[in-house]
Amino acid sequence: MADKAKYKTAPLKCWKKAKELRLKYYEDYAKAHERGGLRWAGGAWSFSAIPSGLGEDVWSLTSEPYAASIAFDKDFSLRCLEAAEKASYARDLCAYMRNYWGSIILNEYAFGGPFPKPDFIWQDHICCSHAKWYQVVSDLEGGIPHFCMDVSVGPYNEMAPHKIDYLVGQMHDGIEWLEETTGRIYDDDLLIEAVKNEFRTTSTWAEICSYNKHVPAPLDEKSMYSLYVLGTLNKHDRQVAEFYQELRDEVKERVEQGIAAIPNEQCRLMSDTQPPWGFLSIFRYMEEFGAISIGSLYTFGLIGIWEDKPDGSWGPRATPMQQGIDIKDRDQALRLYADWTLSKPEWQHFYSPHLKTEMMIRIAREWQLNGILLHYNRGCEGLSVGIAENRLGLIEAGFPVMAFEGNMGDEREFDEARVKVRFDTFMETLGLKKNGKS
Amino acid sequence: MASQAVLDQETFETFRNWRLNRAQYAKEWKQRTGGRVMGYFCTYAPEELMYAAGILPVRILGSHEVQDVTEPHIFAMFCPFCRDCLAQGLKGRFDYLDGIMIAQSCLHIRQTFTSWQKHIPIDYSYYLPMPHHVQSRRATPFLTKELEVFKDSLEKWLGKTIDERAIDDAIEVYNRNRRLLWRVYELRKGDRPPLTGEEAMEVVLSSQMVDKQDHNAALEGLLAQLSKREPARPTGTRLMILGSENDDMEFIRMVESFDATFVIDDHCTGTRYFWNDVELDGNRLHNIADRYVKRVPCPTKDWPERTRVRHVLELAEAYGVQGAIVIQQKFCDPHELDIPALTRALNNAGIKTLFLEFDVTVPIGQFKVRVEAFLEMLQEDDLF
Repeated sequence: MADKAKYKTAPLKCWKKAKELRLKYYEDYAKAHERGGLRWAGGAWSFSAIPSGLGEDVWSLTSEPYAASIAFDKDFSLRCLEAAEKASYARDLCAYMRNYWGSIILNEYAFGGPFPKPDFIWQDHICCSHAKWYQVVSDLEGGIPHFCMDVSVGPYNEMAPHKIDYLVGQMHDGIEWLEETTGRIYDDDLLIEAVKNEFRTTSTWAEICSYNKHVPAPLDEKSMYSLYVLGTLNKHDRQVAEFYQELRDEVKERVEQGIAAIPNEQCRLMSDTQPPWGFLSIFRYMEEFGAISIGSLYTFGLIGIWEDKPDGSWGPRATPMQQGIDIKDRDQALRLYADWTLSKPEWQHFYSPHLKTEMMIRIAREWQLNGILLHYNRGCEGLSVGIAENRLGLIEAGFPVMAFEGNMGDEREFDEARVKVRFDTFMETLGLKKNGKS
Repeated sequence: MASQAVLDQETFETFRNWRLNRAQYAKEWKQRTGGRVMGYFCTYAPEELMYAAGILPVRILGSHEVQDVTEPHIFAMFCPFCRDCLAQGLKGRFDYLDGIMIAQSCLHIRQTFTSWQKHIPIDYSYYLPMPHHVQSRRATPFLTKELEVFKDSLEKWLGKTIDERAIDDAIEVYNRNRRLLWRVYELRKGDRPPLTGEEAMEVVLSSQMVDKQDHNAALEGLLAQLSKREPARPTGTRLMILGSENDDMEFIRMVESFDATFVIDDHCTGTRYFWNDVELDGNRLHNIADRYVKRVPCPTKDWPERTRVRHVLELAEAYGVQGAIVIQQKFCDPHELDIPALTRALNNAGIKTLFLEFDVTVPIGQFKVRVEAFLEMLQEDDLF
């Protein structure tokens, strides 16, 4: 009886604000030079609070969400992908990279106008492609100063002082490089403020995701994509930190009032890796069966920072401010920032799929899931690494798993009809009927 | 010609036997020495430290046979090499290993390690977070600390201390091997190289499978013979081969069946494995760390500058390269990311390139046609 409305539902009150913040971000970046400011480019995973010490007129363009925006527009995406291929870049490389490069080659910004060339690149290397992504950007743009940090010190459960030292050392070098490259004097107070904002943003996002443990879930994953994206754009920004607190309050209220994301929730699922951005309608298709995706390690752990709570559950990591730590200087800020970021759940799986499987099993149990959807994502080797072992581990733990192959950013590699047929079969194995029909 | 053929066979027989019978060698080595054998997955593995502990480090390579055992473990969009290596483990072909370790490099081969850890019973496994930012002054101090942790782990496993003297001896043995290999490669600079690309590959691949002291002795003998050796065939077009991991002897043999010789390579299975020494100056772990940080990099560590492009051009010039075959293991992102820049640089230096994508097995017939056409193009250049 998937069509039976069991729960009341309501649109999110802060939805419009989320959309406005996102658009403003892309406009700010494009107009930075008109305002006498600086533009930098780098990944959503980068230590984005650090360039904030250059001034309040510094705007960024984070690469993955920008490329996802391109992928959402299938026609523009196809032109970008073909432009990258024509320029001799292999078709099986990261789809985000190829969309991004195509946008430069075509000199078309997804939000209107020509592609705004960054003044410098501020990146970190998390997979085989991240640092090299911007080598090509620099090639295509005729040379851009490029600083990149290595974060591959091993999983957080093996953290040691020399690992933090390695990161912090690179951060200090990066700040010197920023000063040399831009000719600006670095302001530690601005750094400390940005780092504190990021602690708030990333902890609050984890808290928001925790509310989805509730049945019925107050948020569905398709909607979460439009909310978590702010953390991938500007996690160090005061407005984002404040928006997430507003969102947290609203989600808490939805739980207290029993407001559900979908009215007919009867099956709780999670996905894995980035979705095929041009085909988000598959999430709505699932809802026809009364199935909701409550999130994923990706939506929870790319931006959210988590910790074990005293009751054994997974919850938002207490920020240094909540722990009563007073951040006084640059080195202290960088050390706390390095330690905080290295605990990011979505970084752990780079070292071992078994760590990821453990986290996924934990989510499946605490969020009371009935099944798991694994997107074997040809577009991202970084998040698909070890995914086959995740499948085996989840099955061994007793969870029904559906794997489907696709690509987050290359629509040519996603067969929508075939995936829907797989959904039909999977839902049937879970005992669900479409729209309540037998 | 007949006597030359016999000499060829004898000259390289030892190396070829070691490569083909690596399991037998390792088992006999264990019996002979009572030591343990460690399989490693990437040439960033600090072999000196393992050797100093009385361990035989051996590189885990594939078999170039089609297999059907890795599909449940590694998504098919990852490189065929990493799947081929895992297949060897799943089929029990490395049942003589006492441990496995990986020095962090690409995500592809990392999956071989983690799946091996999970599904193939083994006494010891170790993940070494080899830094990627090797152009940073922070990399060597970080790796030095990581080597201390690795050393502690090995000592705990073996129940013995790895002393300074043993580390010095291991460095000496390894540096000697590198210098001997380098001397063999130096001979390839000549107008008439006394060994083919296939023979050079035989020599350098076997060095990754056997005790370096045995290999050093064989290399001494080889060098003595090579100095007197008259090549049995004309050199023809001087080629370079570069790109991803490559131990495809059949392909090399096919290319050299034409009027062409590979005179140099840039592979992790070739020059990148041995090109740099450990320089002794103070703390030995620091020296070892420095060697691995400063070696010719894998593309996954070659950033923000692409230093390998310069290195490849220098090799091409020093070895009188006339054409380059750029190969890539299918789906190998790090190399795919460098190939456009490398190709441009080689072409700008007047060196034409042929790009080929490798899988576990290569379509030798199709590649033969493409290679022949490429060589004809290069030879026409000579003519006109």
